Amino acid sequence: MSDPVTPPDISDAPADTLTGGPRRGRGRTPGRMRGGAPLPLLLPALVGLVFLLLPLVALLVRAPWGSLSEQLAKPEVWQALRLSLFSATAATAVSLVLGVPLAWLLARTEFPGRGLVRALVTLPLVLPPVVGGVALLLALGRNGVVGRLLDSWFGITLPFTTAGVVVAEAFVAMPFLVISVEGTLRAADPRYEEAAMTLGASRFTAFRRVTLPLIAPGIAAGSVLAWARALGEFGATITFAGNFPGRTQTMPLAVYLALQNDSDAAIALSLVLLLVSVAVLAGLRDRWMTAAS
Amino acid sequence: MTETDPVTAAPSGKGLDARLVVRRGSFRLDVELSAAPGDVVALLGPNGAGKTTALRALAGLTPLSEGGRLWLDGVRLDRTPPESRPVGVVFQDYLLFPHLSALDNIAFGPRCRGVPKAEARTQAAAWLERMGLAEFAGTRPRRLSGGQAQRVAVARALATRPRLLLLDEPLAALDARTRLDVRAQLRHHLADFEAVAVLVTHDPLDAMVLADRLVVVEDGRVVQEGGPSDIARGPRTDYIAQLVGLNLYRGEAEGHTVRLEAGPAITTTERLDGPVFVAFPPGAVTLHRDRPSGSSARNLWQCRVAGLETHGDQIRVDLTGELPLAADLTTVATAELGLRPGSSVWATVKAAQTHAYPA
Repeated sequence: MSDPVTPPDISDAPADTLTGGPRRGRGRTPGRMRGGAPLPLLLPALVGLVFLLLPLVALLVRAPWGSLSEQLAKPEVWQALRLSLFSATAATAVSLVLGVPLAWLLARTEFPGRGLVRALVTLPLVLPPVVGGVALLLALGRNGVVGRLLDSWFGITLPFTTAGVVVAEAFVAMPFLVISVEGTLRAADPRYEEAAMTLGASRFTAFRRVTLPLIAPGIAAGSVLAWARALGEFGATITFAGNFPGRTQTMPLAVYLALQNDSDAAIALSLVLLLVSVAVLAGLRDRWMTAAS
Repeated sequence: MTETDPVTAAPSGKGLDARLVVRRGSFRLDVELSAAPGDVVALLGPNGAGKTTALRALAGLTPLSEGGRLWLDGVRLDRTPPESRPVGVVFQDYLLFPHLSALDNIAFGPRCRGVPKAEARTQAAAWLERMGLAEFAGTRPRRLSGGQAQRVAVARALATRPRLLLLDEPLAALDARTRLDVRAQLRHHLADFEAVAVLVTHDPLDAMVLADRLVVVEDGRVVQEGGPSDIARGPRTDYIAQLVGLNLYRGEAEGHTVRLEAGPAITTTERLDGPVFVAFPPGAVTLHRDRPSGSSARNLWQCRVAGLETHGDQIRVDLTGELPLAADLTTVATAELGLRPGSSVWATVKAAQTHAYPA
């Protein structure tokens, strides 16, 4: 019997001395290089940076610092700001109540056409907001498919009301939340839910007491994204809810309108929005972005 | 030899009586499993044999297919959702809830089963006490060592007072040193447990130390079951033989001679007829450079060295040739024989060191 004997492999005898070796470089950020960046990358990068920062700098440079307090003291400003903060928060709340279960459904269940549903949910992300506003009018307007019934059955009309602002903002902002939460859910180990079930938790209890706390950072990040998107919403709001001061005129609408006749007022309002955005970003950075990276 | 009859619980009686049938694609699990209260049964098998699937089926996390049945203490559980089964599970990587303290992890089960919060926490504290972890009540799982996390996981599963405790590779996530301690503790807790425990492992030592009875599963079916010593003495598949470290052959016996399917014959002390297994430990093999002349050994084969590796304080020699076999030699003997891969040697085994049993 002289079948070809496999070559000796005694060299791998001390293999277990290798374990524990490659764990080392953990603290280092992977992919970050020391030394100079090549010019073809550096140059466009700097141009891009300037391009993004220049408008903000211009806003600060041209701001009417002298009359700023006077500009901001106008009651219309506070009215618009209050309305903006309220409607963005309400839209985020609506997005949470409807969006988190929707995200769970997309991440945790299997049903025919799930891919299509997911695509449709993300559609408002890429849809021009004005088109969204028109679509909302056709659906929920006084003569809309559903709006007509709302009007005749309950006497509810949404267009050109504060509720309409909330609806328009939620329509545009909710996909951000759904996508963010769905991603977090997919990354979370579904076996925690199984473990909870073997301990006697129903599927809903498992979701509420185990999954929800686990994905809380994702929900928070998604909420902030949705809230910021709702705060800046313009197209769908003006199309569906109109531009009535005190009722549907949010900050972005007020800025746009002010720009027509009083640019100082527009700049002052813009500064306020910029401040809010920076505050949101700072909050995100401290709480979740660093934790996630 | 296998135990005369594994304890079979009548469907109406106490304990576990199950036939776990799960079909998934081309894979089919079909495992018959029964145990009396107080029994610890180990499902032992290679990766992909279906052990974890069997455990999931018992827990209700994977539905049984056509032909399956599951009775526990006289109650049919096939269609019962996992949250309503009196079953506790210790998962392989424990799956302790990271946002809850050790205490709240243990209290989670009783809470879900309707125990008031204060009472559930008192019970959980008692469990921590019993596990020797009282000072870790407020600790998050992330801050527990592997052994501590394992004990919290066992306590969490036991806190719901299950009638069936399932453990999926309960020691696999631990390093060798911790393993020894935790294995001893787990054995202690399992001995105290008054209901049925089923544990899944691919480690024969864990299985033999922790369980009263082993059920060996390969490719979705039971290939052998019995007490640890029966299995260790009389393996019936190559996988089990390898696990318990025996050379195993199958052949036809005619008195003291067993003619193997692939050529040579082995002389044994047992007198048997018909299909049999023959097993002998690698330590029973003696190697010679030249054909031994005056040897009393009846079992003599010419072999070729296929490989050498250290095995404890000995050298395990893999041999091919007339009869593929493994031999254990001292380092000195290996050096004196000048063994190298490719060397030609003669192997002898005394009949008295073989063990033959009906197939």
